[in-house]
Amino acid sequence: MGIFLRELRIHGRGGQGSVTAAELIATAAFKSGVFSQAFPAFGVERRGAPVQAFVRFSDEKVRLRSQIYEPDYIVVQDSSLIADVDVFSGLKEGGIALVNTENGIVEGVPDGVKLITIDATSLALEILGLPITNTTLMGAFAAATGEIELKSLEEALRERFSGSLAEKNIAAARRAYEMVKEGQ
Amino acid sequence: MLQIMEGSHAVAEAAKLCRPEVVSAYPITPQTHIVERLAEMVADGELDAEYLCVDSELSALSVCIGSSAAGSRVYSATSSQGLMLMAEVVFNVAGMRQPIVMSIANRALGAPLSIWNDQQDSISLRDAGWFHLYGEDVQEMTDQHFIAYKAAEQHDVLLPGFVCFDGFILSHTYEPVDIPSQEEIDAFLPPYVPYNKLDAKAPISMGMYATPDYYMEFRYETDQALQRAGDAISAAGKEFGEMFGRDYSGHTESYRMDDADVAFVALGSICGTVKDAIDEMRADGIKAGLVKIRTFRPFPAAELAKALAGVPKVAVLEKNISLGSAMKGAVGPEVKDALTGTAIEVYSYVIGLGGRDIRKKDIRAIAALAEKGVGNMFYGLRTEVL
Repeated sequence: MGIFLRELRIHGRGGQGSVTAAELIATAAFKSGVFSQAFPAFGVERRGAPVQAFVRFSDEKVRLRSQIYEPDYIVVQDSSLIADVDVFSGLKEGGIALVNTENGIVEGVPDGVKLITIDATSLALEILGLPITNTTLMGAFAAATGEIELKSLEEALRERFSGSLAEKNIAAARRAYEMVKEGQ
Repeated sequence: MLQIMEGSHAVAEAAKLCRPEVVSAYPITPQTHIVERLAEMVADGELDAEYLCVDSELSALSVCIGSSAAGSRVYSATSSQGLMLMAEVVFNVAGMRQPIVMSIANRALGAPLSIWNDQQDSISLRDAGWFHLYGEDVQEMTDQHFIAYKAAEQHDVLLPGFVCFDGFILSHTYEPVDIPSQEEIDAFLPPYVPYNKLDAKAPISMGMYATPDYYMEFRYETDQALQRAGDAISAAGKEFGEMFGRDYSGHTESYRMDDADVAFVALGSICGTVKDAIDEMRADGIKAGLVKIRTFRPFPAAELAKALAGVPKVAVLEKNISLGSAMKGAVGPEVKDALTGTAIEVYSYVIGLGGRDIRKKDIRAIAALAEKGVGNMFYGLRTEVL
């Protein structure tokens, strides 16, 4: 096993792009020189149903294939999930919880966890014109954790999306990055 | 070049690099991304192949058998129920000695319906005359496609092969993988030269019926060829290692087997989790090791016996159940048979069926069970719902 292994668990609802977020974060991490691994929690995908996706970051090849039970980071795409799913389950002490919420109020955050909130929905509506929050949250994740570089995230977004869609998503990610950086 | 991509897409890239002339498959979760990508490649002119859309898996492999008999290099992919629907043709491909390579994104079988991973599908077709390769990670399963074609097409082999990898766990995982260039693969894998083929100018028949005077000899010849496939896989794996630095000459791979008190035997993606669990156990003074099976057919009995020599206990991790059998798993009895004449105790543990997650702590618990001589059982049952 390597010098470090850090783990991210993303909680979202079907259709919010949690799996895409995991893939793009892993891609950005790889571009930042880290061995990363992203995979979904293979549910029967239905729009609106709670879903999970996972990312591991390491200095060497990741061999472990189990799901993530004790993450270093969680991203919650929709704060209404907190009532349905124990999103904080196993989150390490000193870990970071990044939650999308309009009013900044998050119930049930365990002691010793650093909470970062962002109104990603309003930001996404403003910049993308759609309530698709995953790229916004990726920018916030980069700022909150330092696990991926903003430049690598932008590259990953340009590979995945083309033209103005890529630029809009990059703008959303960048704005969220700056907002979280300013808040720290 | 090292890049990050989804396992399914890495397999599609590997298939493309092998320059198949015909691709025919039917979409099924969790294999679909492979054939979707190949269809795109053909439509975009990146892959010069005929992509045949069909109405079912039975038709897909039937198209493959005809195309292969006409002398083409052929590729297909499937999973689970799709493989079951193909079963009749699966046996015929081997009997007709067509070197088709098919990817299997391993998935459980119904009923009850499950889209999730175990290895029941390919293990259930272990007697069909195809060779079986199992990949541990995206890199290995990608590379195994090149090796599969090279071995299958040797004229002393001429048999089809499955390249198996765990559905979702590998097919849907993004991780770094080194995809060789077309020039490199062209240097490794020359164009397919059929031993014979359907040709209107020089007609032959294939897949005829055989009377009791001939049938057994056909079956014997197929078995002999499958044994030779083992040597061809090993030789191709060695040559691949010399060219690309990743050696696959072994049908098995040993991990921390020195002085092991308990050895795991396993196939596929579980081996990564087992390796991490072994590192933890070794750090705690528990001497565990792993012998990974990469080639399940032909069964590498001699190599396994050598790798496991002197280990008191062997725990075979089975993502399958041979319903009604004494040891429960299908792999355990073959491992036990390979160790006949030794005092090594072999136990099967059925684990991870239908996508049940497997953690390091599970691996550690199984090591403890094997130490106590408790095995040939399901591990991790939720007794409260029984």
